[in-house]
Amino acid sequence: MELWYSENHTPNVKFSIKIDKQIVSVQSDFQRIDIFDSFDFGRILTLDGFLMITEKDEFIYHEMITHVPMAVHPNAQNILVIGAGDGGTVRELCKYKCVKSIDLVEIDKKVVEVCKKHFNQTACKLNDKRVKIYYEDGLKFVRNKTDLYDLIIVDSTDPFGPGEGLFTREFYGSCFKALKDDGILVNQHESPYYPQDAKAMQRAHKNIKAVFPLHKVYQAHIPTYPSGHWLFGFASKKYSPYYLNKEKWNKLKIKTGYYNTELHEGAFKLPNYVKELLNG
Amino acid sequence: MKERDFFKAPLFDALKKHLSNRVVPFDVPGHKGGRGNRELTEFLGETCMKCDVNSMKPLDNLCNPEGVIKEAQALAAEAFGAKEAFFIVNGTTAAVQAMIMYAVKPKEKIILPRNVHRSVINALVVGGGIPVYLDTGINEKLGIALGVSAEEVERKIKQNPDAKAVLINNPTYYGICSDIKRISEITKKHNMLLLADEAHGAHFYFGDNLPLSAMAAGVDLSAVSMHKTGGSLTQSSVLLARETVNADYLRQIINLTQTTSASYLLMLSLDLARKNLQQNGKEIFKKTLEFVNYARDEINGLGGYYAFADELIDNKYVFDFDKTKLSVYTRDIGLAGREVYDILRDDYNIQIEFGDIANILAIISAGDRALEIERLISALFEIKRLYSKDKSGMFESEYIVPKVVLPPQQAFYSDKISLKREECAGKICSEFVMCYPPGIPILAPGEEITDKILEYISYAKDKGCQLLGTEDIKADYIKVLKE
Repeated sequence: MELWYSENHTPNVKFSIKIDKQIVSVQSDFQRIDIFDSFDFGRILTLDGFLMITEKDEFIYHEMITHVPMAVHPNAQNILVIGAGDGGTVRELCKYKCVKSIDLVEIDKKVVEVCKKHFNQTACKLNDKRVKIYYEDGLKFVRNKTDLYDLIIVDSTDPFGPGEGLFTREFYGSCFKALKDDGILVNQHESPYYPQDAKAMQRAHKNIKAVFPLHKVYQAHIPTYPSGHWLFGFASKKYSPYYLNKEKWNKLKIKTGYYNTELHEGAFKLPNYVKELLNG
Repeated sequence: MKERDFFKAPLFDALKKHLSNRVVPFDVPGHKGGRGNRELTEFLGETCMKCDVNSMKPLDNLCNPEGVIKEAQALAAEAFGAKEAFFIVNGTTAAVQAMIMYAVKPKEKIILPRNVHRSVINALVVGGGIPVYLDTGINEKLGIALGVSAEEVERKIKQNPDAKAVLINNPTYYGICSDIKRISEITKKHNMLLLADEAHGAHFYFGDNLPLSAMAAGVDLSAVSMHKTGGSLTQSSVLLARETVNADYLRQIINLTQTTSASYLLMLSLDLARKNLQQNGKEIFKKTLEFVNYARDEINGLGGYYAFADELIDNKYVFDFDKTKLSVYTRDIGLAGREVYDILRDDYNIQIEFGDIANILAIISAGDRALEIERLISALFEIKRLYSKDKSGMFESEYIVPKVVLPPQQAFYSDKISLKREECAGKICSEFVMCYPPGIPILAPGEEITDKILEYISYAKDKGCQLLGTEDIKADYIKVLKE
């Protein structure tokens, strides 16, 4: 018997992982949630059939979405994380002593429940006493907040489903309002490679540009995401991503598998075709 | 009729059967099931093209229905609580015009409010009916015309006992309903026909906690826009009639102007929309109301905006309010409704139904998703945060009661000259001037042009409203009567 998980990266490109067994399959109010054990990527989580994280390469995504802004902001204490029910982003944030509170807003309670039970590698810090979980719409949550957060991390799904509202100008505008004067917004920014993803990426960038005075994009290599080439958005009211205290961050002695302060600077150096897409 | 009959969809069944029969088509349409237009077929899908057929024996003929269309119309009549239902494929405009041309012959009077859709006054231009306008209530703050009071209807009937019919909006574009039940009792007492423009009221027939529908109130004829809130395809509509109406004569009137090549796509959509509403309507409109009530509460909580609803009810000019309409007053944040409409469209990629001088209207339906409702609310909040300004200098009131000098048909066909808009004060207008939507004429043929109206038109244009109705496509010139 051969069991394969497949995701179409385009109508004509398919990515498959050989599965050992299925652990969970559940339909929530918002989406279908599946967890599998695979041979080469360990445990994997999919939502509506789209791969979210794998045990083997999730560290890349979660480190890059967290440590880049944390190394820039001199004193990030109050943090809002939107999406991210798997807990990976929260796990990375909990490595910082300066962090006093983490509000996690996840629309789908079922994702958190399933991950707490079956994906401890990422969900391990969801019970940290600094973490408060809100199960509601991210756009609605942030609309009602003003001048409150040092950092907002948008760890959303793709903009073709429940995560759609988190790629809009009204969302970024509400985030701007919810951030303090020196706040930073980092978001999952899709891939520049396949045309449909690239289009979503361009739209997101255009919307961020319309709202934040400083807006940069950085990249990482994530093997299981479409094309493997993934982008993050860095939007900020005050600090440039190069405003980076390497010495201070390295003194924290946070153990990472992907991120380091040299890579931090390099990650903002983009290929020409991506630059063109962003300016286009 | 058997209880479960409404699960049937005769036209749908007949079309499916026709497709499976693989009939060789040597008739129009010339695209022959799409094979003659590959690009269109690829885009719209093969089924869609194959359903685009002409009338034929097993599929009946809308001009003279005796088969499956007759059956489908009978089911629709039953569903709406009418004696007869006519499928209309030329838009609700055609339904409105047919019922008016049925009720009034040239030079006969019809009593109606002035805040009607252009199609109503168009019917008077074409058919030669003479309008007698009812005084509508006006909400000064919102700048909109409301409904009509039953007393006013009775007064106008007594002043014009020769009038043949009364026409009422049920509801207005903004969701306002008059006391249609009492008005129907009054028209019956005076032997006049009562017509309803239910372009925005298809859902009244199928949901709970909604205003009274025209047929339930005893109205004689009603034009119902199934495509607006009923889920059928754009341009499809039904005309409903009670037993007080001569259905055969009405069909003749419809056939004066309706196409002889009725689209089966549109008729099919009417058949299936009716079935869907009967099966799922209660649930659909319950969900719609939940969405709208939530959105209204949230928007009212943002500050600056006023999403109005049934607090407007005064039992006179506002007898009931259709809560599925999300109408929002924007003037207090210093922005015209049209400006908010444009910002939503251009900056936030959100398309709403319309923006006028002081309000916006968003159509919410069961087809929406919670996340989109959140987007609309958040975008409105952002617009307030980023663009709100002092409201001084904004136009005070939108609705200006026009002065009628000549009947529409006479004015439209009189000798006329073209004048620059600003030179028109004191002249008699011979054409329509309106913002679209809502499509309620600011000026209709035969009405006096005043300084106030000209000022309003300039202001609306300045705020970005699209003006139409005039021969001059930019509405910089207006055709007025030669003196």
